[in-house]
Amino acid sequence: MDLKKIRADFPMFENNPELIYLDNAATTFKPWPVIRKLEEFYTLKSVNIHRGEYDLSFKVSEEYDQTREKVADFLNCQSREVVFTYGASASLNLVAFGYGRKILKPGDVILTTEAEHASGILPWFKVAEMTGATIRYIPQGSDGQIDLKDYEACLDKKVKVVAIAQVSNVLGYHLPIQEMAALAHQVGAVISVDGAQSVPHMKTDFLGWDLDFLSFSSHKMCGPGGVGVLAGKYELLQKTDPYFYGGGANARFYVDGSIELQEVPLRFETGTPPIGEVLALGAAVDYLSDLGMDNIQKAEYELRQYAGAKLAALDNVIFYNPNAQAGILTFNVKGVFSQDAASYLNTRHIAVRSGNHCAKILDQIIGVGDTVRASLYFYNTKEEIDRFIEAVADTSLKSSLDFLF
Amino acid sequence: MSDILKDPEIMRQIIMDHYQYPHHHHLKEGDDVLSKHMSSASCIDDITVQLVLADDVISEVRFDGVGCAISTASTSIMTELLTGKTVDQAKDIIAQFFAMVDERDYDEEKLEEAVVFCNVSKQAARIKCATIGWQAVTEMLEEADEKGK
Ligand SMILES: Cc1ncc(COP(=O)(O)O)c(C=O)c1O
Repeated sequence: MDLKKIRADFPMFENNPELIYLDNAATTFKPWPVIRKLEEFYTLKSVNIHRGEYDLSFKVSEEYDQTREKVADFLNCQSREVVFTYGASASLNLVAFGYGRKILKPGDVILTTEAEHASGILPWFKVAEMTGATIRYIPQGSDGQIDLKDYEACLDKKVKVVAIAQVSNVLGYHLPIQEMAALAHQVGAVISVDGAQSVPHMKTDFLGWDLDFLSFSSHKMCGPGGVGVLAGKYELLQKTDPYFYGGGANARFYVDGSIELQEVPLRFETGTPPIGEVLALGAAVDYLSDLGMDNIQKAEYELRQYAGAKLAALDNVIFYNPNAQAGILTFNVKGVFSQDAASYLNTRHIAVRSGNHCAKILDQIIGVGDTVRASLYFYNTKEEIDRFIEAVADTSLKSSLDFLF
Repeated sequence: MSDILKDPEIMRQIIMDHYQYPHHHHLKEGDDVLSKHMSSASCIDDITVQLVLADDVISEVRFDGVGCAISTASTSIMTELLTGKTVDQAKDIIAQFFAMVDERDYDEEKLEEAVVFCNVSKQAARIKCATIGWQAVTEMLEEADEKGK
């Protein structure tokens, strides 16, 4: 990959020459084709879809539908299995409330982990409360890894849903999701995969892996905010209730209160969607596909190994996930609270995240609640890593107070 | 100018000491204890501050919880400063502290060691850390006023 050329595609770099952005698990920069697509929509064809008889609406509707096909190709599923939502959180809520709530009975089990993002687990807490189902956690090693044997031991006939992130936003391990789906299916459970941190970084094979539901956000994969995707097996989407009711979701409704819903997936896309943003997500999918998801994964892995080796060599650092595969490096500087460390790195123009990263029950596994997280994307460079490592080496309680004087 | 402000190394040492060995850093139980839990999604800090009021005087200020160096040191310094003050004196000191953090005029003498945070607004994201304990006391005093009415 030609990093110089790639970085020229992202105006954020030129406009923020000092910034070293290592918070890509939170959100990513946007390349020109995505920005131009938004501009194209708002300046040339800013009309609604699936309603108007006029040409422009017809054209935009067509492009919207083509974007669904594009996303389906990207994930390897059928286009009728792609639901546009408002983001990963909306997708995850749709699975829990639209599907889980409908099928779960008292005594049923939702199997998950303590490392889930709040958006992956809180909907299930609520659905468990509403249905009488219970939550069960897969044991994780002290480094947060999951052993397939432990997972298998948690599966029994009571488990109806496995809700799990393919890549945790704190730990960064790649779960063997295909094997996990097969094992879930053996006991008759469905698997709902949180792909927020995996879909942007690696090739996805929805059909080949035999997934049931897959949720992710556009903004974490170079696309605009306000859009996400829920991919769901067609049979399962047919059994899923919409989360929102209203215009677009219904085909007909009657004075007696009965509703005929639209077909899948349109029944889930109530109200006017963020049309320009969906089209721009299509541009992001094209951009990533042109680079090649395998190339992206490989480049990120190499950079992660490069950064990880340097981080592990620093005496003042505790590095929690040296063996993870994703570009997520989670650590603390000894004697420095995570927020103070991140705040010091900020004075060196390095953007990282500190805190519990919305995974508030993970502390029981790695033994600390709060960490610093540096997360990479394909556009990061070794030079940026070098400067990051230098700054981490200089981080101490003392230096973290420098800004006050 | 207060002497502390003349030497950055002294200021740094004060903060480090209060962070590593915070004062009044354990909670107590009792009917006379007012408690306020402070936490927010934007800030990692998750602390509880306690006050004991004896008539019009703050007889004790305590705190505990998880916090960064700035919030821990600032709250620790605050416990020293407010203990034994009348409610009105305490309100005045707190007002001076917020004035300093907001870069308005303030009375250095009244803030004693708390002046070490005079530049915290240089990193806007840290203002919250420096003021979280002070905010807790403000809210408790307001609630006590409401009750007294
Ligand atoms: C693993 C994981 N799941 C879900 C989400 C939620 O994504 P969004 O905020 O885009 O809805 C995130 C984002 O931080 C995440 O990292």
